Amino acid sequence: MKLNVNGQPHDIDADPRTPLLYVLRGDLQLNAAKFGCGLGQCGACTVLVDGEATFSCVTPILALEGKGIVTLEGLGSNDHPAPIQRAFIAEQAAQCGYCIAGMMMRAQALLQKNPHAGDAEIRAALEPNLCRCGTHMRILRAVRRAAQMMQTAQAGEPQ
Amino acid sequence: MRALRYFFGVCLALALVVAIFVFVARRPAIAPIEPPAANSFAAAQVRRGAELAAIGDCDVCHTAAGSQTFAGGRAVPTPFGTIFSTNITPDRDTGIGRWSEAAFRRALREGVRRDGQYLYPAFPYDHFTLVSDDDDRALYAFLMTQPPVRATAPSNQLPFPLNIRLLLFGWNSLFLREGPDRANAGQGDPLKRGAYLTEGLGHCGACHTPRNFLGAEQTSKKFTGGEAEGWTAYALDGSSPAAVPWTAEALQHYLQHGFDAAHGVARGPMAEVAQDLRTANADDVRAIARYVAAQHGGAGAPAPATGQQVSAQAQRGKATAPNSADSQAEVLTEKPATNGATNEEGARLYTAACAGCHEGPRAAPYGGIDLALSSGITGPSARNLVNVVLYGLRAAEAARSPIMPGFAASLNDRQIVALAAYLRARFANKPAWSDIEKTVREARRAERAASTRPAPSEEAIPPPTQRTSSNETEDEKQ
Amino acid sequence: MSAAAAPAILSRRRVLAGSGALILSFSSLPPAAAQQNAQQQKGGKPAGATPQLPGDLKKSPLLDSWIRIDANGAITVFTGKAELGQGIKTALLQIAAEQLDVDLKQLTLITADTSRTPNEGFTAGSHSLQDSGTAIMNAAAQVRQILFAQAAQRAGVPAEQMKTDNAAVVAPNGQRFGYGELVSGDMLHVQAAPQSPLADPHAYRVMNHAIQRVDIPAKVTGVAAYVQDMRLPGMVHGRIVRPPSYGAKLASVDTAAVEKMPGVLKVVRDGNFLAVVAEREFFAIEAMRALAVAARWQETAKLPDAGNLAAVLTGLPSQDITVLDNQQQSAGGGKSLEATYTRPYLSHGSIGPSCAVAQLDNGALTVWTHTQGVYPDRDAIAEMLRMPKEQVRCIHVEGSGCYGHNGADDAAADAALLARALPGRPVRVQWMREQEHVWEPFGPAMVVKVKASLDAGGRIADWDYGVWSNTHSTRPGPAGALLAARDLASPFPQPPPKPIPMPEGGGDRNSIPLYQLPSARVIYHFLPAMPVRVSALRALGAHMNVFAIESFTDELAAAAGADPVAFRLKHLGDERAREVISTAADRFGWAARPRQTPGRPPGHGYGFAFARYKNLAAYCAVACEVEVERHTGRARMVRAVAAVDAGQVVNPDGLVNQIEGAILQSMSWTLFESVTFDATRITSIDWATYPALRFSAVPNAMEVHIIDRPGAPFLGAGEAGQGPSAAALGNAIADATGQRLRDLPLSRERIRAALGA
Repeated sequence: MKLNVNGQPHDIDADPRTPLLYVLRGDLQLNAAKFGCGLGQCGACTVLVDGEATFSCVTPILALEGKGIVTLEGLGSNDHPAPIQRAFIAEQAAQCGYCIAGMMMRAQALLQKNPHAGDAEIRAALEPNLCRCGTHMRILRAVRRAAQMMQTAQAGEPQ
Repeated sequence: MRALRYFFGVCLALALVVAIFVFVARRPAIAPIEPPAANSFAAAQVRRGAELAAIGDCDVCHTAAGSQTFAGGRAVPTPFGTIFSTNITPDRDTGIGRWSEAAFRRALREGVRRDGQYLYPAFPYDHFTLVSDDDDRALYAFLMTQPPVRATAPSNQLPFPLNIRLLLFGWNSLFLREGPDRANAGQGDPLKRGAYLTEGLGHCGACHTPRNFLGAEQTSKKFTGGEAEGWTAYALDGSSPAAVPWTAEALQHYLQHGFDAAHGVARGPMAEVAQDLRTANADDVRAIARYVAAQHGGAGAPAPATGQQVSAQAQRGKATAPNSADSQAEVLTEKPATNGATNEEGARLYTAACAGCHEGPRAAPYGGIDLALSSGITGPSARNLVNVVLYGLRAAEAARSPIMPGFAASLNDRQIVALAAYLRARFANKPAWSDIEKTVREARRAERAASTRPAPSEEAIPPPTQRTSSNETEDEKQ
Repeated sequence: MSAAAAPAILSRRRVLAGSGALILSFSSLPPAAAQQNAQQQKGGKPAGATPQLPGDLKKSPLLDSWIRIDANGAITVFTGKAELGQGIKTALLQIAAEQLDVDLKQLTLITADTSRTPNEGFTAGSHSLQDSGTAIMNAAAQVRQILFAQAAQRAGVPAEQMKTDNAAVVAPNGQRFGYGELVSGDMLHVQAAPQSPLADPHAYRVMNHAIQRVDIPAKVTGVAAYVQDMRLPGMVHGRIVRPPSYGAKLASVDTAAVEKMPGVLKVVRDGNFLAVVAEREFFAIEAMRALAVAARWQETAKLPDAGNLAAVLTGLPSQDITVLDNQQQSAGGGKSLEATYTRPYLSHGSIGPSCAVAQLDNGALTVWTHTQGVYPDRDAIAEMLRMPKEQVRCIHVEGSGCYGHNGADDAAADAALLARALPGRPVRVQWMREQEHVWEPFGPAMVVKVKASLDAGGRIADWDYGVWSNTHSTRPGPAGALLAARDLASPFPQPPPKPIPMPEGGGDRNSIPLYQLPSARVIYHFLPAMPVRVSALRALGAHMNVFAIESFTDELAAAAGADPVAFRLKHLGDERAREVISTAADRFGWAARPRQTPGRPPGHGYGFAFARYKNLAAYCAVACEVEVERHTGRARMVRAVAAVDAGQVVNPDGLVNQIEGAILQSMSWTLFESVTFDATRITSIDWATYPALRFSAVPNAMEVHIIDRPGAPFLGAGEAGQGPSAAALGNAIADATGQRLRDLPLSRERIRAALGA
């Protein structure tokens, strides 16, 4: 079946019941989405589906034909990091970092819809995602910084 | 000239009518008091009040998200507009600190504030009017000993003329049957006690009884099922859609723990009710369960459990995989819908996205319920099912609670319709739902916050008898 | 200086072809010698006749065990410690860059690898900077001195006139000698000296600067950064079917159907060890599920009563260890208090379940693992497979944060067994969520009973403290420490538990208050019987001991009618302790906190706590504000202010990050967490049944203040916040509610019950 990941069409040869996470990590060799629980309880596997934060570990690919899937790799790269990535680096918002890709995708989904999201909205949006190292204060700061960067970018955009 | 005189006459008559109405409808203020000292109430009375406040779910409506308990400000959506709950802490200026016990009792009995203004019936004084003097007194003692919080609720958002409180005189004349039945708070007779609590302070009918166009409960259709904040409140009488009839024991467990093995997990507003009832007096909850269970057996014959359902229950008990291994569990292969309808997309979605948990070996509440047992699927509308599929069951903060991921992002409307139709056909043995598309659209439009209340917490893991994976447990043979 | 010392004789060294410079693949002392060394150190005597070497130079005294310089100028730093998310890579690079006077980017760092790095035991106990950081700092300084001497010789000028600049030594006439040109032969293959010409702490360019972590850019852009991300050519995926409960026996399993499933390569059964290997990961998971259903187990109901752990623990036979006995005739005269505190079993709960990759190639096994100790894990795996140690190599690759001994070593053993079953193929094994939650060794449940009395002047007159606990380390070394090894048809026995001796301690870690007590006794009731699998969880016993001591200190302060901070200061002589306490209190605004309404928001309370980790590592004080919701009992930390003294700081932001993390993680343990079980099985098996901190409980604000100690020894800080955070929370809840809660977790139910709401 066909899947659109990070703007590229892919022919996927996998059982349609396969959760997206294994297709991303196995077939497409993408690292960012992580296995955390396989139950939709921790958010380490979060990706965007049509702009919405989604647990890839419980989403079978058969539900995703024709939808736009974006992983952290689709936002930016080590050489050309996206605002959210620059914000997390600037705030040093990681300890072990295993949960961070999922955090960033959930934050990205929020900020794409509402770049003016306040602290309460950011906290509420990140509620499904767990961090075990206790990096929460930095994650919140990084998302607020990313929001500012996105607002500035938006304001500076030509008409 | 005559016309003018006629005009003046009509005006005068109207003014007279309004004046008489105002004269009749107007209620006096009750004199303010100095806030009573906390130690002026007996400790036992305060404790009793706390238990009663839990039965009345006072904190649910009178606490806004992220703010202090009982400080009000929570938006209560109604078909007529949004009403904001009031501050019922004993704050002198913004709460009920200057209310005497008489003023407090009048509010509960008659829906009138201390200053004489009418309250909107979003505050269920049509139920609270039945509360006994003793219980009113205990509730008053409890609330007046809570920490005072300075907080003013936002103004209600109601269109003209509904923003004229005096008009509630008419509503009250039509629908308020003042209580209480002073002869009987039901002490000593569990069934009567249950009736007293259920009909009065518990105000179960506020959600579970349908309302008329004026927002009043249709007493002729008591407990035949209503609606609350975008959720179907199931019938509590013989027309209950529960696949396995409710017993008093099952209801009590459900009310106290937010789930029952044969009925599933409370969600939406009912989750909050169960959260409160955990802290209520157990005898009171048992009485409510007994009375409500009796209603189920009343008006009609309970739906008998079908063979399929019974076997489904039994099947969970025979699962062999470790219960420490729900994702180690086998996913059963898809089965055809029982009504013969073909719905390949729904079947595929169910098998791939749902069956892993809902057919796994893990017991309720942490394992997904066997969907043959779910009233969400046997119920009159797809709304509850759709709410849960879209928004899942959020983790309750800092408490053990079932978690289900929502599929709002990954499934589009067509897929959710197909899934809902498939589940109804396969598990319900009931006619297909009509216009699921509309239900899905409405559920998506609804405030997400209203749709995704955390499921109630479960402090203790279900006792071993609840565990469905028996798995040849035996003492090691020596 | 040390360059003149005679080079040691090398038993094993290799020169890498083509590089032209000296490469040492392994130059540590033999393990036996290292152990002897360590034992002598514990005995308080210097190691033999040689003077004490700093940090882990004691174990690996050759400079080129730590620093290597190639002819082309490439500089490589070696550490036996592992990156666990604590930022150790960056910190060690900063130290080396500072002392070598090079740019951080010019350095390559090799971490824990049994073929390449020194054996530094476990990355644990907040020891990495003390052990490895100190070793690298001194080794680098001594290497730089050797380079000076070399350049001086070549330039014909005194070494004192030479300068370093951008990886070169520069003569007064401007002549430059690149580091690579200066190194030849065995020049760095020399014993370290006890003293080093260290860079001036007041002129640090790299150390004590908030350098951005080197590992974060890859982690936030999806570059392969974890063992979970490894993809080797021909790699296949394994999954284990773990037993349903401790000691369960695999009665029967029909594997025929599973073997026919798509992509399945092999079902492996050895005794009670049951696993499957498949071409693709999801195939392996599906096959594991089918295998789990096919397996029949015999279980034993032998777990203790989870509802009454205090009685269970204090009822177990104990070995009583006197940690401190300084009982004097008590002055007395004031009030006496007595209290019991309890902690449940706690889960490490790594977000990423444990994972490893292993490959058996021509009789040599390589295991990529996120273990905390590559050498001990290597030894255990070699013993389990009955292979010579030399044929097994363990390489550390980062995993999800572990916070102690989680499933990492066990997953490595699982992968090793499956690699042996499919020679040549790299096998990746990752545990499932419930396997991690059920099978990881938990942080032990603990009980503390404490009695104390005050004298007439409101000082503590005597103190009697007892702590009951299992061991806090069942780490590998012996094969029987590995889950899989115990399940094999020829099983390896679980090694008998041993207490970790003081001054570090295990269950008794931080059981001695730092306060001045005229009469005191501390007994560790060490419990050898382990009904539940336990091992090291971040801070070990210090979390509970500091919670108990600091809660009780507040209770005593209240009995004395004293302010909690003033009461602590009254009993403390250690100036650094006093400064940490005053700093946290000042920055928090402790003295000006509102004592009662109005002014104090309803339901709010304020708490303070302090400890010096292990009484020998970093000092940390935490002040916090909580709000308690009466009707639910929900307690939330609103604000926290910490102060920390970790000696010389290497990376201030890294230190702040560690303390912030410790406060939040400890808050999660303290408010929310407990492992649950019935008579047979662990029942807290995922995040629904083992709830932990989510964003709604995160404080509004947090500050960490560092007390700078230029040039002072590094004091491990990775676990310093755990105890103070827990106790400050408990004290704040007591302040908010008027009720003292002594049983962890301080859950909603318990708070609500205490309030009688």
